[in-house]
Amino acid sequence: MEVHVQPKTRTKMFCGCAVAPLNAPPNTYVCEICLGLPGTLPVANKAAVEACLKTALALNCEIPRHTKFDRKNYMYPDLPKGYQISQYDLPMSVSGHVEVATRKVRIRRVHLEEDTGKLVHAGDKLHKAWESYVDLNRAGVPLMEIVSEPDLRSADEARDYATELRTLLRAIGASEAEMEKGQMRVEPNISIRRAASDELGVKTELKNINSFRALHRAILFEVERQTQVLESGGRVVQETRGWSEAEQRTFSQRSKEFAEDYRYFPEPDLPPLEVERTWIDELRRNLPELPSVRRARLLDHLPAAQVAVIGADRELADLYENAVARGAPALPTANWIVNEVAPTGKLSPPENLAELMKLLHDGAITRDSAREVYVESVETGRTPAEIVAEHGYAQVSDESELRVLAEAVIDANPKAAADYRNGKKQAMQALMADLRKRAPHANPKVANELLLKLLA
Amino acid sequence: MPLSRDEVRHVAMLARLGLEPGDEDFYAEQLSGILEHIDRLQQVDTEEIPPTAQVVEIASRLREDEPRPGLTQEEALANAPAKVDGFFRVPAIQEEA
Repeated sequence: MEVHVQPKTRTKMFCGCAVAPLNAPPNTYVCEICLGLPGTLPVANKAAVEACLKTALALNCEIPRHTKFDRKNYMYPDLPKGYQISQYDLPMSVSGHVEVATRKVRIRRVHLEEDTGKLVHAGDKLHKAWESYVDLNRAGVPLMEIVSEPDLRSADEARDYATELRTLLRAIGASEAEMEKGQMRVEPNISIRRAASDELGVKTELKNINSFRALHRAILFEVERQTQVLESGGRVVQETRGWSEAEQRTFSQRSKEFAEDYRYFPEPDLPPLEVERTWIDELRRNLPELPSVRRARLLDHLPAAQVAVIGADRELADLYENAVARGAPALPTANWIVNEVAPTGKLSPPENLAELMKLLHDGAITRDSAREVYVESVETGRTPAEIVAEHGYAQVSDESELRVLAEAVIDANPKAAADYRNGKKQAMQALMADLRKRAPHANPKVANELLLKLLA
Repeated sequence: MPLSRDEVRHVAMLARLGLEPGDEDFYAEQLSGILEHIDRLQQVDTEEIPPTAQVVEIASRLREDEPRPGLTQEEALANAPAKVDGFFRVPAIQEEA
């Protein structure tokens, strides 16, 4: 798998142009250097080099003392210089590995390069286009390329590997790795082999994959396609294929004219890079806890399902651990984060979540109220205790008060009550729903017991 | 070994140079001469010399990640042969098989 990741930097790889925000007007984040005008010289961005080194360290790579940049030559309108500055035979790092579930995936290399510009084709489809428009805002934006060895065995594993990379990159602060924003692009190379054989078949490379779901589907499609080609007596052609999200299939992007012949040679405009050992040692020391280590720790006191969600996102894991450190009960807090925080992205300060979890756990408020309190607390920044006091969310557990309510609910729902008495246990749900509508702050456990007692 | 006509055509295509009929032989001879000349370097004994990709004795010159003003869209497009709505306009790329 080849994964391109945009490191978190303010400026481009070899010039001081700011990295353009999404939807910036075309050609407004460009300068003489990234436009490839004559007489200009590139200078490498220290922050991009640092992000690449951190990534390499987190992926257990070796970082050679000497590294250099090379020119990869090809003609394409999105490449203003006629070459891309990349790294060929002396990349920033080599020979790493990362654990994905039970599989150890070897990393061949992590190197630095620059992105190309963007082409917009006039006409409805590429092959019907009559002209193209070029926006060079992205030209020169830094990219790390992470290349793995052929260790992944299925679409599931490929997706899990990509997800793990994203989690890791975010955890170490090397990249935001948002696929939808083009900050992370995955290109799986796919081949199939006969059962009981070690020999890999001819591979195809898939491009234009914009989500983890698309990655999974594209691989499943391509495996099936290659299987059919071979079983019908054909042979798989080594080529690049594009994934069409609209048609849910891959299609050939072959081009005779665009045959690979990159004539790499050392970039004469950039001095070789000698990475100081002291710099690497410092980066290694300051590397935050890696997701795999954190997951192992979370698994000590949480079930795997909760860890899968919380351990995949640094912000969620921080929230969980900080809230628990402030006295929040572990499992209910984990469940709350999985059910209420992860889907909405509404992050509360840990002390507020801890307070809310304690209120809920002590039975001071209902779960329904807790949801409202949580959202309000996140939106206003006020503490859950303040909000509960102000709205009177405090849970009603008083039996005499709830008995009146339960009787009213039974009177108002004679059919459900009769159904329940006749053995239709699920009729209780309708009664409880009505009760909660009448009194959102009623303690559901006490109210339920009262209903059971009255209907007995 | 002299370059073949096919090699000359291939190199010209990669560099997007148009060749007139007969140009192949002319350039094959010229380029072969240059290659022969460069080949003489192979005769030098480099056993004791470390490989280098650079002749300038500087290394690791890095830039702080500080944005600097670039060009305006108008300036960027000033020399473009064709432009439209802030984009460079180029002939279509035929890529589909």
